Amino acid sequence: MGFEKFGHVSFTSQTKTDAFVEYLVKDEIRATKCRKCGRVFFPPQADCSSCLESDMDWVKVEGNGKIISFTKVNYGPTGFESDVPYILALADFGEVKVFGRFSKEIPEEQIKVGMEVKIQAVSLPNGQVSYQFIRD
Amino acid sequence: MPKDVAIIGVGQSTFVRNYEGSIRELAFEAYSEAMKDAGITNSDVSASIICSAPEYDKQRSPAGLMAEYLGLNPQPTFALESVCSSSTSGLRVGYALIKSGLHDIVVVLGFQKMSEITSADSQERMGRGADIMWESPFGTMMPAYYAMHARAHFARYGTTEEDLALIRVKATKYGTLNERAVYRKQLTLEQCLNSEYIASPLKKFDCCANADGSSCMILASADRAKEISKKPVWILGLGSGTASLTMTGRDALDGLNCARVAAKEAYEMAGVGPQDIDVAEVHDCFTIAEMMAYENLGFAEPGKGAELIREGETYLEGKIPVNVDGGLLSKGHPIGATGGSQVRTIVLQLRGEAGDIQVPGAEIGLVHNIGGVGIYGNVAILGR
Ligand SMILES: [Zn+2]
Repeated sequence: MGFEKFGHVSFTSQTKTDAFVEYLVKDEIRATKCRKCGRVFFPPQADCSSCLESDMDWVKVEGNGKIISFTKVNYGPTGFESDVPYILALADFGEVKVFGRFSKEIPEEQIKVGMEVKIQAVSLPNGQVSYQFIRD
Repeated sequence: MPKDVAIIGVGQSTFVRNYEGSIRELAFEAYSEAMKDAGITNSDVSASIICSAPEYDKQRSPAGLMAEYLGLNPQPTFALESVCSSSTSGLRVGYALIKSGLHDIVVVLGFQKMSEITSADSQERMGRGADIMWESPFGTMMPAYYAMHARAHFARYGTTEEDLALIRVKATKYGTLNERAVYRKQLTLEQCLNSEYIASPLKKFDCCANADGSSCMILASADRAKEISKKPVWILGLGSGTASLTMTGRDALDGLNCARVAAKEAYEMAGVGPQDIDVAEVHDCFTIAEMMAYENLGFAEPGKGAELIREGETYLEGKIPVNVDGGLLSKGHPIGATGGSQVRTIVLQLRGEAGDIQVPGAEIGLVHNIGGVGIYGNVAILGR
């Protein structure tokens, strides 16, 4: 399975981290962790920029994250025209930060900086897979 | 204060929505003005640096084309890109080429014909301005990223949408005075606040417009500058920094770290501080970008940027006039040309040739030019 399955619109298909998609299909959001120095990467990296090794484990991103910021997007780039509006956000999960979208079921008025969220894998109507933030 | 490299000529085209000419003709407008300003001829130029964001160019490798069209063969030329900060990256490289002794007079030419590609193509490229593996698939745009910075600034410091609107009101006041700006209407606070949301909390009038344009700076060694120029403007300090392309790689979103790093380096090199700056040009691609610049450059304490604009301190009469040429918000933002246009405004200020927007007696000026959403940050401090 290639990386082109990831996201509302895919821009690239080949990466050594395409196992991310296999985990996503199994409802798991995973980061990579360097076996040598222990640094955790999200988004996942195949290579460790701290110790310059390329020996990685896949570890789960779990628990509660805290919203650092968010925005409701009313105008999207090409490929997202019918998708707007949607809410983009950045959340802090402690060891890693995660960039993504909120579930469309949560209105903007209910979202606050500092609120606690969980992260959830989703299958999209176009056959793609992604993840989203949901209320804790 | 180092006085090793001077700016001896500046030029800029009018920034327009749809330039009715080719990129070579657009570049010529800024180049010819800068060369006449410097009072030199093509054979005096030792090298040229051509700055543009190549995703908007149909011409592959435009540096070669420009060198030919502008009459700069057989001297060396090359292209340089850091998106919206390309031409101040050109300033840095030009400085180094001269300081090293490799060249004595260097042309830094920035251009962008944003309308060279269709608006559909432009929308498509904008989606690819983020990390295409991990962020673009969610539908990201420049306004959305700056909107997230705005929301983080609001949450931490209590800044408001009205504070941002005040920045746009200031920009439009000076836009009416700038004949080379694309947006020349005065807007009221109410009009700004009532415009539609593009990416909340940023509205239509918090965003700058695309434009086609060109800019040009002629740099010279101290010896050549003293020989040629009556009013050289010296590059006193240069700073550059970077931050992660991805938002996940950033510590916080309420400021741009690349700008803090660049400012610190530039102030140290020039041996001055924020209190010494008489006039500044900052990268206001969005209103929040100007607000963060106030703080990242040290014009205000972190979180106190809003007080500066509320009290009118960044107007011409204020304690630190910022973007009194209308800024990117009024001039428009032809990516590769933007930094050179900012430098031109400061050079004219320091030469006392800024006309209606002259800050009386300005001796030291600052340029802050950002590439992408705070990926690249360049700060230049210039003096008489
Ligand atoms: Zn490591």
